[in-house]
Amino acid sequence: MWSWVGHRITGVVIFIFLLVHVLDTSLVRVSPEAYTAVIGAYKNPIMGLGEAGLVAAIVFHAFNGLRIIAIDFWKKGPKYQRQLLWGVLALWAVTMIPFLIRHLTIVFSNFFGGH
Amino acid sequence: MSTNAIASPRSDSAQSPKYTRSKSSGSSFEMFAWLFMRLSGVILIVLIFGHLFVNLMVGEGIHAIDFGFVAGKWADPFWQVWDLAMLWLAMLHGTNGVRTIINDYAERAGTRLTLKTVLFIASAVIIVLGTLVIFTFDPCPPGAVIDLPSFCTVP
Repeated sequence: MWSWVGHRITGVVIFIFLLVHVLDTSLVRVSPEAYTAVIGAYKNPIMGLGEAGLVAAIVFHAFNGLRIIAIDFWKKGPKYQRQLLWGVLALWAVTMIPFLIRHLTIVFSNFFGGH
Repeated sequence: MSTNAIASPRSDSAQSPKYTRSKSSGSSFEMFAWLFMRLSGVILIVLIFGHLFVNLMVGEGIHAIDFGFVAGKWADPFWQVWDLAMLWLAMLHGTNGVRTIINDYAERAGTRLTLKTVLFIASAVIIVLGTLVIFTFDPCPPGAVIDLPSFCTVP
């Protein structure tokens, strides 16, 4: 049940970001200056933490989505749905740890150290 | 599940003592929507994980992203098709997801119609805008001087 709640909440969060992300990317059609100025906002450390949260939501939604497909299409899916959820959480951690190390290193080293 | 901490949507509640929605129309639209969510979901995992890896993990990560970065990618039809597929599938997947949530939680028919009208208009605008941007994009706009990709000849 909590995986279902989590799937809906992460889904809505990702959808709202997607609307904003298409709008900010559309600024390439206005001018290089406009795009680079707005995308610059994504590079500060607070936004960097927000991106980490967004990716965490996307990765959970992705792996839990595969679990839903397994429950719907695999004969033994409903029986093992709880074990599959532990699998989702394990895969989520395995994906997020290297992502966070790489992304946060990029975000914070360039902010404090400059180029 | 022995106890339900959260009531299932559209089940008995103070707001909806019994299910009063009209019965299924007999159309197979909902079945196609259900199937679309699973098929598009699998494709989106590939498209979005690839997008995140190339834009955030490779090279300087997010610090490399500027106008020239986007122009360099969209000079290649491969990334135009990639981003177009991602735009359409993600928008339709997200729109159908939010449509389901509206259908579940908006109790009054008028509220559902209003919310879904706003949702469909917003989604259509974003899909059309994004598609136009990908196909009418000029990587070397006249008059621009900063952050241009290396293949532009600046006078």
